[in-house]
Amino acid sequence: MPGSALRRRDAAVGYTMVAPAVLGAVAFVVAPLVAVVWYSLHEWNVLASTFTFTGGDNYARMLEDPGLRDSLVASLWFSVGLVVLNVTLALGLAVLLNQRLPGTTTFRTFFFSPVVVSLVAWTIVWSFLLQADGGINGFLSTVGIDGPNWLRGETTAMLSVIVVQVFKNVGLNMILFLAALQGVPEEIQEAARIDGAGAWRRFRSITLPLISPTLLLVSILTIVGSLEVFAQIAVLTGGGPGTSTTVLVYYLYQQAFRFNDFGYASAVSVLLFVIVLVLTLVQWQTRKRWVFHEV
Amino acid sequence: MKSDVIPDPAVRPGVRPGTAGGHDEAPPARDGDGGAPHRRAARPGRSRRRWGRAGLVALLVVVSVPFVFPTWWMATSSLKPMSEILRSVPTLWPQDPSFAAYGEVFRLQPFAQQYWNSLYIAVLVTAGTILVSAMAGYAFARIRFPGANALFLLVLVGLLVPSEVTIVPLFRMVNSLGLIDTHWPLVVIPVFGAPSVLATFIMRQYFLGLPGELEEAGRMDGLGRWGIFWRIAFPLSRSALSAVAIFTFLKSWNLYLEPIVYLSSKDAFTLPQALTQYVDAYGGPMWNVQLAATTLTVLPVLAVFLVAQKQFVQGLAHTGLKG
Repeated sequence: MPGSALRRRDAAVGYTMVAPAVLGAVAFVVAPLVAVVWYSLHEWNVLASTFTFTGGDNYARMLEDPGLRDSLVASLWFSVGLVVLNVTLALGLAVLLNQRLPGTTTFRTFFFSPVVVSLVAWTIVWSFLLQADGGINGFLSTVGIDGPNWLRGETTAMLSVIVVQVFKNVGLNMILFLAALQGVPEEIQEAARIDGAGAWRRFRSITLPLISPTLLLVSILTIVGSLEVFAQIAVLTGGGPGTSTTVLVYYLYQQAFRFNDFGYASAVSVLLFVIVLVLTLVQWQTRKRWVFHEV
Repeated sequence: MKSDVIPDPAVRPGVRPGTAGGHDEAPPARDGDGGAPHRRAARPGRSRRRWGRAGLVALLVVVSVPFVFPTWWMATSSLKPMSEILRSVPTLWPQDPSFAAYGEVFRLQPFAQQYWNSLYIAVLVTAGTILVSAMAGYAFARIRFPGANALFLLVLVGLLVPSEVTIVPLFRMVNSLGLIDTHWPLVVIPVFGAPSVLATFIMRQYFLGLPGELEEAGRMDGLGRWGIFWRIAFPLSRSALSAVAIFTFLKSWNLYLEPIVYLSSKDAFTLPQALTQYVDAYGGPMWNVQLAATTLTVLPVLAVFLVAQKQFVQGLAHTGLKG
């Protein structure tokens, strides 16, 4: 009897302790998620204060909307460019830092430091550097190169946004790769060395396969993260020139808070959610495999 | 799922501070172990290797430039007058350093107020998140109660939802409560909503690993559940709490989309939002003033990072995994 009374009291404490998190999840995650789906079925303009049920009209409109198509293309370019550059650089840096060279800790600090810098601050500084008459072109001109107006050309603007983001966050992925590299058994490397395998061969045939689960994981995480890029675009290019850097989230923001088209913006939100959901489920699937690999 | 990966990246690199100076001698020593036949070949190989290593260090120096130079450029440019900033040949060090731009920072906007806004919001969010996530994490990990798994899954939904997806309904909610242009949404939503879910998850992982004997001992001493949580589990979780505190603080400090959606008056602005407002009458940026404000935003955080680097790397590795 006292045992079950204790358990009941325990359960009461348990409910009390999870209550803030659970109620918060209901109020600020689940309810808004349901609401955004509901809103997406409406024609809802805040300024005109219209709110009429239109069924799938917003989704039909999405299929026809060239602006949305442009933003998906921009997101695709951004994500692909980011994941390729970020993962390559992160892995390269991790390999370099894993060589036990002098000054390794200092360099690690350098590479990681942008991660703690405010994103908007980092972007403002790069914006300053990338101006037509900014620092980068200034230094280029001293060696006789006439640099482009980075943020005003379609290709260079996209490239700029990607590169700024890569330098900002590559330190995080670098740390994850570093941990994976340090998990590669020294003996295998040694054995291959004795068998006459060169550094590149050892990297390709031993290191890379052994860290491939981390590689996959980091790639997916980077892609998911890349879909949420907003501040960099807002500060650096404002989505331009034209719509060349208007990624999905920025398009969503414009629809909602520039054009006050909350119904359509909700439909775009649902699309964003579905994309992120699919990628996250893939990630969880790979993570299971990752854990399996480890054991 | 999440944090079984985390301890490794977090801890291992942090354990290596000795590596910097000490280990550069190690690989040649290892070569020497090979015995006589190897030793003959070692000399030219070793010097080639030393050159190779010098080359790698040089490469590291070059690669460091885009990581370090922006911060340098930010700080030095904030000391330059506009005339020097606009000069076509850039100067690495201001010819006539002046703090005039820093005065402008405070004259053009209520920057001290904005600084305070960011600071107190981040502190409240951090404290609130720690409390909510530690309690929930503890209960989900250590207390058996009906429906615990279902409730945990419900909370985990927050990991699947980027904040941009729910910004429209949340804006509507905040608006209908009359809380636009107040700091309520910037404090309450992160503490209870999706941003705190990762913290809850990390705390749960931590408490799962807590030895049951400690709680048993507490119970023997007559502590109830709350007592065990407050006196034993919570103080023991300091490492997990510091990770949570660091990434939560930085996330709030750096928040951009939410402030620009919820706030409209300059007195209410947070720092990231305020930084973008330093423009002249024609909308052109006033670079030196903007960079001075940016410097004021960045340097304190960088300073804390340099002091508590290990904790930062550890704490932020978690968010890396969240993406």
